[in-house]
Amino acid sequence: MAAIAADDTTTSSESVVRPRHTGKVRRGGASLSSYLQATPLAVILGLFLLLPILTIGMVSFWDYDSVRIYPDFVTFNYTETLGSWVTWKTYLNTIKFTVIVWLLTAVIGFWVAYFLAFHIRSATMQMVLFLICTVPFLTSNIIRMISWVPFLGRNGLINSSLIQLGIVPKALEFLLFSEFAVVLAMVHLYTLFMVTPIFNTLMRIDRSLIEAARDAGASGFQVLTNVIIPLAKPGIAIGSIFVITLVMGDFVTVRFMSGGQSASVGLMMSNQISLLQYPAAAANAVILLIVVLLIVAVILRVVDIRKEL
Amino acid sequence: MHSERGSREFYILAFFFSLFVLFLYGPLSTIFILSFQGPSGGLTFPMNGVSVHWFGNLFEQQAVGDFGGSFRRSIILGLMTTTITVVVSLLAGLAFRRKFKGSTFLFYLAISSLVVPSILISLGIGLFFQVLGIRPAWWSSGLGAHLTWTLPFGVLIMFAVFNRFSPAYEEAARDLGATPWQTFRHVVLPMIAPSLVGVGLFGFTLSYDEFARTLMTAGTFNTLPLEIYGMTTNVTTPVLYALGTVTTVFSFLIIFITLTAIIVVGRRRGRIG
Repeated sequence: MAAIAADDTTTSSESVVRPRHTGKVRRGGASLSSYLQATPLAVILGLFLLLPILTIGMVSFWDYDSVRIYPDFVTFNYTETLGSWVTWKTYLNTIKFTVIVWLLTAVIGFWVAYFLAFHIRSATMQMVLFLICTVPFLTSNIIRMISWVPFLGRNGLINSSLIQLGIVPKALEFLLFSEFAVVLAMVHLYTLFMVTPIFNTLMRIDRSLIEAARDAGASGFQVLTNVIIPLAKPGIAIGSIFVITLVMGDFVTVRFMSGGQSASVGLMMSNQISLLQYPAAAANAVILLIVVLLIVAVILRVVDIRKEL
Repeated sequence: MHSERGSREFYILAFFFSLFVLFLYGPLSTIFILSFQGPSGGLTFPMNGVSVHWFGNLFEQQAVGDFGGSFRRSIILGLMTTTITVVVSLLAGLAFRRKFKGSTFLFYLAISSLVVPSILISLGIGLFFQVLGIRPAWWSSGLGAHLTWTLPFGVLIMFAVFNRFSPAYEEAARDLGATPWQTFRHVVLPMIAPSLVGVGLFGFTLSYDEFARTLMTAGTFNTLPLEIYGMTTNVTTPVLYALGTVTTVFSFLIIFITLTAIIVVGRRRGRIG
């Protein structure tokens, strides 16, 4: 996304690789105007991100009964959560979803981006196909989930055609309201988060590197594994961060597509929220946040994404 | 890529890409078709005749709760989010061109806003308001929750834009005697206008479709995605698809208008420059 937006502002859009950081004016010369310009962002993020997360941290030590929550300093929200077998099973299940969806979106996302970046020659066609991939991202997730119902349901398109073709004797039950449906819907919803950053990095790869590798006798496969994939790593890393955090925190897809038959950390939290057990949900939220931040830290350790920004 | 192998690779990947597009749009097109289901038709094929019965049904209060009200709220909230996102991202983009104390922290704070799971933001803002004793509402806590999702995208886009923005234009304007405001108004702003429109498009569509962050922050009145989610549990007629079609067409319309605007602005700039 950033790449398209950025391309509009340069008058010389001939070369893909451009000198970087040309836009920085007078480094180090921090003036009052910089602070004034940054203030609105800082205030909004402070009020609606930083303070709420601190509130979660605080409330996770509070006490509660069935009606309200009390300021206190108790640790049983954590000990109960961490001591419960259900929590661990739910985390395992969430991580299972995360790994499956991550692998699928990474493979699909890479090949889609690769096709767009290396096989489509005209820039206009590239933009059009890229937009075709991006537009569904800008429509409602819930509608996109609902749209699987006529496909996967007991009387849905897939079942009725399978029966008509004589492949299965009666309707397959596992298609809708199952873990299969959850994974399918997540891949459907989140692959775009992989395509965009990978496409962005692939477009920046200097084409002469590929020529050089080929001149040096590399086969197509060697070019892919020794040149393209290593250079695409930052894009894959950014896409992975998106997909992993989205799946780890998901509760709507799991609830809707599994029909309540599967569990995830987000769903466990949202159940606690609906039972007004806010301190328990808050403790869960703190644990989830730590897990997610650890995963992100590991990804950032393995791949340096700073030059992507 | 001119070799025989290359062209075979092209066809395999082109086939894969077509499958992917089909996968993206196939389900959406079925609910589009099924929303024209006849009055006696159900949630799946076959079609029992063709009608606009379910679209009419959409505007009857008792059938689908508060469709009109939630639609109106979502549009107003979307417009509020868009305006704030465009202005704040632009200002932040300008600020990040210079290094200032805390700039790295602020930048990572913006990024972490994308990484923190939505349900945490929702719960956090909900609790924050409860602790302060303020009643959550879609136009206050809901707006804040949406901004935590749209602002990082806006800031990242502006960051990328200004990273590739040559200061030569501003220097030229300054040399010609322009004031800082004139330089911004007549040189910088026209050049980044298409990107700002893009930021606005992101802001509006992300807010218009946002669900998880709105869940605990919307207060008494539902936004459209919350209303649709509520319907999935108790509505079992194609009116659900009619609603899906209406909101998706609305999203497509917004995207189409915005892209046209970007192209028109770009062309006009091309003619002048």
